[in-house]
Amino acid sequence: MKQLTIISGKGGTGKTTIAAAFASLAENAVIADCDVDAADMHLILNPEIIETIDFYGLKEAYIDSSLCIQCGLCKENCRFDAITDDIKIDSFECEGCGVCVHICPEGAITMVERKAGEAYLSKTRFGPMAHAKLSVGEEASGKLVAFVRENSRNLAERYGKDLIIIDGPPGTGCSVIASIAGVDMVAVVTEPSVSGIHDLERVLGVASHFHIPAVVCINKYDINEENTHIIEDYCGDNGIDVVGKLPFSRIPTEAMMQEKTVMEYSGNELSGEFSEKLKDMWGNVMRSLN
Amino acid sequence: MKISIASGKGGTGKTTVAVNLALSLKDAQLFDCDVEEPNCNLFLGYDLEKVEEVNVLNPVIDKDKCDFCGKCSEFCQFNALAVLPEDVMIFPTLCHGCGGCSIVCPNEAISEVGRTVGVIEGSVNEDLVFYQGMLKIGELMTSLVIKALQDHIDTNRTAIIDAPPGTACPFIASVKNVDYCILVTESTPFGFHDLKLAVDVIRTLGIQFGVVVNLCDIGDNSVEKYCIEEEIPVLMKIPYDRDIARLYSQGIPFVNEMPEWKERFVKLFRDVTSLYEMGNCSEQ
Repeated sequence: MKQLTIISGKGGTGKTTIAAAFASLAENAVIADCDVDAADMHLILNPEIIETIDFYGLKEAYIDSSLCIQCGLCKENCRFDAITDDIKIDSFECEGCGVCVHICPEGAITMVERKAGEAYLSKTRFGPMAHAKLSVGEEASGKLVAFVRENSRNLAERYGKDLIIIDGPPGTGCSVIASIAGVDMVAVVTEPSVSGIHDLERVLGVASHFHIPAVVCINKYDINEENTHIIEDYCGDNGIDVVGKLPFSRIPTEAMMQEKTVMEYSGNELSGEFSEKLKDMWGNVMRSLN
Repeated sequence: MKISIASGKGGTGKTTVAVNLALSLKDAQLFDCDVEEPNCNLFLGYDLEKVEEVNVLNPVIDKDKCDFCGKCSEFCQFNALAVLPEDVMIFPTLCHGCGGCSIVCPNEAISEVGRTVGVIEGSVNEDLVFYQGMLKIGELMTSLVIKALQDHIDTNRTAIIDAPPGTACPFIASVKNVDYCILVTESTPFGFHDLKLAVDVIRTLGIQFGVVVNLCDIGDNSVEKYCIEEEIPVLMKIPYDRDIARLYSQGIPFVNEMPEWKERFVKLFRDVTSLYEMGNCSEQ
């Protein structure tokens, strides 16, 4: 079984649009939406949820005020400023380390489980899908990403699928690392803006740090062809394949508004050309992956 | 006054609004809190100096004192230590630096040493006071770098904070202690969906907020309808404009080339200031 993650560094370059198109082109794949704190894939794939699993994040400290003597030792030893002046836990700051539980002389603090979201196993018109929703204000997104990935592997086994297509989050931190750990390849979607180039270089650095092969897709290549050449040269110098280039187009937005992938949408004659380019890109991705 | 520029969805124009707003004001400070992918300085082009390194305290084991009892690894919630019969393995990137292992060690065998996970850089010699944080490649402690960066805010002056995308920890760390949050979105199904997620979090945090609709003529009017229903102020609308897109791709702040937009950003700031003051009055 192979795993492919679509990432970008910079947000809004077209990860989900391209991942959804790949999902419609793949013959035997599971889809995983790992952008758990701003998941959008379901808006196009319309999954029918088969199973909902509660997700518990890191434990959080809880102070029993009837036992607390306000000695302040917990506050003094907490390195995350998670205990307020009146000795209450600030949920947003608590990392769940448990130092306060250990230090409290009265045994007034315990660690409690907290539901931090839901994970879903679903059916879509392109195959099984694993996705999730982080609860409002919850923070353990890296852990939830790992959970969605575990669910996607289980789905792949259950339904005999040989590929998992993972839509990743933007950035380079915790949730990105959780989305790409142990995958066979990443496809990085970029755009020819100075931000796109800068973020591409950083996220390729993350992939190479974890020894994961990468290919690059250039979206909206015609908004600045000079910068597109810079990206192609950079990839060439670093031995990274550019698997395809897509022009700036309103087709992805129009398709999205009809809850369709670009491949399914045929609003005007241009969309045929756009779909062909995506099909070629997918062919190149599959060749690199195998 | 501290104003955060945030969004659920990435690529909606946070950095564009943050940079152009900061450049339109006199005497503002700008903080790039998107420490995983900081982009503001691509538009400013300032010479930055390293201000500080951001460190996490990691355990160091004194093997002469350690009797491999395993209390440290048992305590660690992050699996950053593993105790073997005659060795202790440490996984630095998993360590949150809570110090619990050194507290629970019965033999005082654990001391701590700082490990750099990011850097704060700044420029104070330009027209605009600017600081950015940069998370090291392969590191996980995004929020720690964001908090270290915010320590450089001069609270007597206007501070504009460019927040990272999403709605999880990095987003919360960037908006938690601000006076007002500007949520930048675009009127597409993805933009609208992620705006609602961001609104839920901002309301939970109890922060006043308004919306800037970028690329307002692409997609439909669902964002504006929603804002009216929810009584959320729409602070500014930016249409799709090939000149703005071209300047963006080249790394040029568009207020520098299109002065009429400078006035609009000054008005945006005035509106935010009065909305904030009105909000404060109604609370009292």
